[in-house]
Amino acid sequence: MSLPVVLFAVLATTTTVSALGVVLARNIVRMAVWLLFTLVGVSLLYFLLGAEFVGTAQLIIYVGGTLVLFVFGVMLTAQGPLRELRTRPAELAVAGVLAATLFALLVTVSLRLAAADTTDSSAPPRPAELGLTFLGVTEVNPGGAALGVPEGTRPNRTPVAYLLPFEIVSVHLLVVLVGAAYLARAKRRLKT
Amino acid sequence: MSELGLPPFLILSAFLFVCGVVCIATKRNAIAVLMGVELVLNAANLNLIAFARFRPGFGLDGQVFTLLVIVLAAAEAAVALAIILNFYNNHATVDVDEANELKG
Repeated sequence: MSLPVVLFAVLATTTTVSALGVVLARNIVRMAVWLLFTLVGVSLLYFLLGAEFVGTAQLIIYVGGTLVLFVFGVMLTAQGPLRELRTRPAELAVAGVLAATLFALLVTVSLRLAAADTTDSSAPPRPAELGLTFLGVTEVNPGGAALGVPEGTRPNRTPVAYLLPFEIVSVHLLVVLVGAAYLARAKRRLKT
Repeated sequence: MSELGLPPFLILSAFLFVCGVVCIATKRNAIAVLMGVELVLNAANLNLIAFARFRPGFGLDGQVFTLLVIVLAAAEAAVALAIILNFYNNHATVDVDEANELKG
């Protein structure tokens, strides 16, 4: 039992229990709290997998942004009976059977997929390489300048760069947020 | 990290995915359905990160995709919440079973 295994066991248990809490909780506010623990658990799993930047982004954007948005939505809509909407028992039973089937299917497929070859990559990638992947440049020598390209040499291009998708996503986010603000604006009451 | 391979992460991600699907299918509160969607997206992200870590040749593409998915999920949550608030203003409820105006 090495340290990563123990850490994974703890994190996996936390995440699993929290996800079950999201499913089983009836109160919408409690669901939001369970979701908070699930998201934090997943972000710590990213840290465990050596994806520090993505873990931090998950903490900032998901836990700090999206979840706060959810809590505001709950605050604006949860009144009286809407706070606890019961699911019908028959629906719950059907969903449980379907979920068990889907879980068995997914585990079978992923175990077959993982058994093909699992070779641990030598070293976990460093956060600086993530930025270079966006630019489509591979670092030539580790002691290079901040850009990752030593002076006087042409940068080594990777086959794909993710700068354009990144820009598209950022503009998309801007447009979507403007649209959301327009959709959710306070409407003036019509004079009758 | 060597004895902790790809399969545990895949199984955990499958469990998160199933939890999200059950949330989407059974919850009647529209915001709870949205939380299920977030669980599904997190499961997919966990898969991407795990493959990026354990498959050489996959490189950092998985992390890049995960970042894009996180941003898109934030956008999706914003729009969905705006729609839900509008629905609440018009119908005074967030029960998705009540949203049946388009039923044929």
